[in-house]
Amino acid sequence: MTTIKRAGRPLTYVLVTAIALAIAVPVGWVLLASLKEKGEFYGSPWTLPEGLHLQNYADAFVTARMGQYFFTSVLVTVLGLVFVVAVSVPAAYVIARYEFRGRGLVELAMLAGLFVNVNYIVVPIFLMLVGWDRALAGVFPDGFFIDNPGVLSLVYAATSIPFTIYLLTAYFRSIPADYEEAAALDGASRLQVMVRVMLPMARPALTTVILFNFLAYWNDFIIALTLLPGEGKTLQVGLLNLMTAQKAAADYGRLYAGMVIVIVPVLVLYALIQRRLIEGMASGGVKG
Amino acid sequence: MTESSPARRRGNGVFVLACLLPALVLFAVFMIVPTLNVFRMSLYTWSGFSPDMRFVGLGNFARLLDDAQFVRAFQNTVALLVVVTVVTMGTGLFLAAIMTRQRLRGRTVYRFVLYVPSVLSVVVIAAIFSAIFDQKNGLLNGTLRLLSLDGLQQIWLGDQQLVLWSVAIAMVWQSLGYYMVLYMSGMASIPEEIYEASALDGASAGRQFFAITLPLIWQNLRTTLTFFVMSAVNLSFVLVRAMTGGGPDGSSEVLLSYMYKQAYTNSSYGYGMAIGVAVFAFSFFVSLLVSRATRREPLQF
Repeated sequence: MTTIKRAGRPLTYVLVTAIALAIAVPVGWVLLASLKEKGEFYGSPWTLPEGLHLQNYADAFVTARMGQYFFTSVLVTVLGLVFVVAVSVPAAYVIARYEFRGRGLVELAMLAGLFVNVNYIVVPIFLMLVGWDRALAGVFPDGFFIDNPGVLSLVYAATSIPFTIYLLTAYFRSIPADYEEAAALDGASRLQVMVRVMLPMARPALTTVILFNFLAYWNDFIIALTLLPGEGKTLQVGLLNLMTAQKAAADYGRLYAGMVIVIVPVLVLYALIQRRLIEGMASGGVKG
Repeated sequence: MTESSPARRRGNGVFVLACLLPALVLFAVFMIVPTLNVFRMSLYTWSGFSPDMRFVGLGNFARLLDDAQFVRAFQNTVALLVVVTVVTMGTGLFLAAIMTRQRLRGRTVYRFVLYVPSVLSVVVIAAIFSAIFDQKNGLLNGTLRLLSLDGLQQIWLGDQQLVLWSVAIAMVWQSLGYYMVLYMSGMASIPEEIYEASALDGASAGRQFFAITLPLIWQNLRTTLTFFVMSAVNLSFVLVRAMTGGGPDGSSEVLLSYMYKQAYTNSSYGYGMAIGVAVFAFSFFVSLLVSRATRREPLQF
């Protein structure tokens, strides 16, 4: 019994460390490989890079256009977050705090929306936008809805409304109504109560939904791939193209540099807010 | 008092409507309408861009049964679901128990590292695993060469027998940390006294896991299991799309990637949507089944 216990502890360390290494090594390997020169990719993959070959990054940013795609991704993500917060906060507040006809129905629709995954509806969304473009061909001969980053961010926002409202409503309900009553007595309008009193108090929940939606928008590639088929791509779609191109050419440096460009911003963000993220997950921010 | 006067009540209605409308419009246009369209389109044959749209009723669904590629994609999806679920949840539970019960030194570091894949995009994961599995210059075959185990080298993504398991490894790699953290937060709320009492009675760590930890987080487990089915169906699609494109020769095709292919590559939008409906019904059915099979009296502490 005691021998098992004594052997058990080092064994668990070995096991957990092995699993952690299985995750850390490939990621670290990508970082190192991004500094290798073309010739260094032949032979053992375990050799360290001979020098800091930063040309890969210049190539990825400029030639492979990852710099430009980076900008598109930032734009689409920020716009999407602005849209989703702007429409979800008032809606969630009203659902949590007001009695009105059809509230049950709205809540039910949002709950059902949690189960509709974008992967199923991306095709009809695409066809719908193509149809709108065709209908408006007289006004916009080059099309308007397809290849429009603004429309993409609107789709991101729309598809995350159920999750966002679900989380915010629960949080608004947990705030005592006394604050609103006090503000109303002081002569604040409904809008003022919502924006000046409730919104600041809902900051923790707001941070959680922004974080999870940020990851979802930034990391998405199926919707971006479908709705931006032209030259303007997001970082993820750009990386996918780079993957196909570099594999065909057996030239990996640029691909690894591109991967690092995509990985580093999320890793930095994650390092900064990991506690928040993990607490948010436990508090019901479960999303897949 | 003022709340009940008619004027105020109308103001109330305007305010409520103004707050709700933008969200409801967006939700209706980009979620409700497309969802209904999936079902409607599944009853037609339609190439998408031509006005020629023919109603075939359940014809598309009848075709599915004779489609060998669909059957294969179905089998692949089920295989991935079973293997990835069992491995991820088993390992995730085990790791979470170790991390909460054993108070390992450097716990936060382990948790940090294990959660990293959850913040990475699927394209990045696909790229990482393409690099690991690369036949000539990959990390895996390179390591085997280094260890003089050349005989074990494989064409991981080019072998029809192996490619699905290679995808499964990537899926587990991606989701293990996420579920571990989820279970850790469930286990952290179990009161310490229960463990202390059972330790006094001589219960081993393994015994405690099965007799205390598992029953007490059972509800948590049920929810994640149902949830896992849905997300694994989706994850397998995105990963396959980025990593193998369904190849070689359809041997790693999964249901949603086949749907996507029928829609965009083959321009059979109606048939593609029929696949979508079938996948939806399938994952709904599996969730229901899981929820039924795992029903227990909820335990409280």
